[in-house]
Amino acid sequence: MTDLFSKFDSLIEQRETLLKTGMTDPFNLVMERVESPTVAICNGKRTILLGTYNYMGMTFDPDVVAAGKKALDEFGSGTTGSRVLNGTYSGHREVEQALRDFYAMDHAMVFSTGYQANLGIISTLAGKEDYIILDIDSHASIYDGCALGNAQIVPFRHNDVEALEKRLKRVPAGAGKLVVLEGVYSMLGDVAPLTEMVRVSKENGAMVLVDEAHSMGFIGEHGRGVAEAQGVIDDVDFIIGTFSKSVGTVGGFCVSNHPKFEILRLVCRPYVFTASLPPSVVATAATSIRKLMHSADKRAHLWENSKRLHAGLKQLGFSLGTDEPQAAIIAVLMPDLETGAAMWEALLERGLYVNLARPPATPAGMTLLRCSLCSEHSSDQVGEILGMFAAAGRATGCIS
Amino acid sequence: MTDRDETAAKITTLIEPFNKKGVAVTEGTRFAQDLEWDSLTVMDFVASVEDEFDILISMNRAAEIETVAQLIDAVGQLQSER
Repeated sequence: MTDLFSKFDSLIEQRETLLKTGMTDPFNLVMERVESPTVAICNGKRTILLGTYNYMGMTFDPDVVAAGKKALDEFGSGTTGSRVLNGTYSGHREVEQALRDFYAMDHAMVFSTGYQANLGIISTLAGKEDYIILDIDSHASIYDGCALGNAQIVPFRHNDVEALEKRLKRVPAGAGKLVVLEGVYSMLGDVAPLTEMVRVSKENGAMVLVDEAHSMGFIGEHGRGVAEAQGVIDDVDFIIGTFSKSVGTVGGFCVSNHPKFEILRLVCRPYVFTASLPPSVVATAATSIRKLMHSADKRAHLWENSKRLHAGLKQLGFSLGTDEPQAAIIAVLMPDLETGAAMWEALLERGLYVNLARPPATPAGMTLLRCSLCSEHSSDQVGEILGMFAAAGRATGCIS
Repeated sequence: MTDRDETAAKITTLIEPFNKKGVAVTEGTRFAQDLEWDSLTVMDFVASVEDEFDILISMNRAAEIETVAQLIDAVGQLQSER
């Protein structure tokens, strides 16, 4: 008998080697208590959270929590059904209305996760004769959406407008084209040149989908994302987003102005063949989205935090994913996995949680300590974070 | 030279900058096993082939190409489809 697990042997060995050194497993952390969007108790120790994508700190917003409790009381713990059968409650309609209002778009479709939103929309839109042209550094959910469908998949070099344009021009005449982009790329925290990319896509007759998971709520005048900030949102055909970052719960969505959009509810399998979100989740999401429309002060503070952390880490001598802060993600580049894991553990021991990111999630085989800021991080906390980076960096030899 | 020979010669030239191990390249050479290319190298190489011949090699198509000979034939076919 061939052991079907033998394909994982090299990974198992790599993990065992790392853990044998006495290292804390970076992919097995438990949050024993969560006190706020920025503080949790891990291994009995107060830990500042700097790796949660909880950008706008909505998880403990009193109005959001109250809306969830009320829905739990009034509608129960779950829908036990698909959106197209028994799984659409008034709350699902309300959260879709909140999205239409937030984005000022005609249609909104809510999925059970952000992953499923990409999986469903991409696999359903692009059929066998169509071409999907996507950035090589796209998120796993985008690649999996491509794999679930049967379109021709053509990647282009990260954020390279010319490479995108060349490939668009080579697509056979008459074939359908879907260009898939992200507003903020979550590994390095860099922003896409959407102005040029959307322009060349439209010039070559392609439809454009932009995943704005890491920009919703704080980039753009109304928090609609990078496409809004760069003035091209009206030319974007589909925006994909998530409730699990700035919105502060779980779920995914697609918004669009396409006149035939609603038919997707019947043909999109990851929408149809799964249970809808629980009533409490859609109630918290709707409340949070409506509050995010009026959060200019929180946005300003988040940007302040991002700029200060970026400048502080740079000054300490760390290499960062971007020269300037472009989003609320600051990626600290590590020389290798061993050093990255040691640095991650040294930070945790001092009371700071960040994400350890490594291949294949990262581009170019990089190991990263990915920091995501929250509008609820106080200025004092950002100071504390920089102190912990300085101490851990010196202890592990990352900086001198 | 036939069209195929010409394509083969161009592809051999395109392989060179990525042939870090100095492997002697023949039509039977396999990209993953013999040249030991990782996915990033493959991506860069595919892009250079696409640009040289002004064609698109989709990931679906690239997944079926294992050897230099298969790539030469695929390029010829993609050019004829244009």
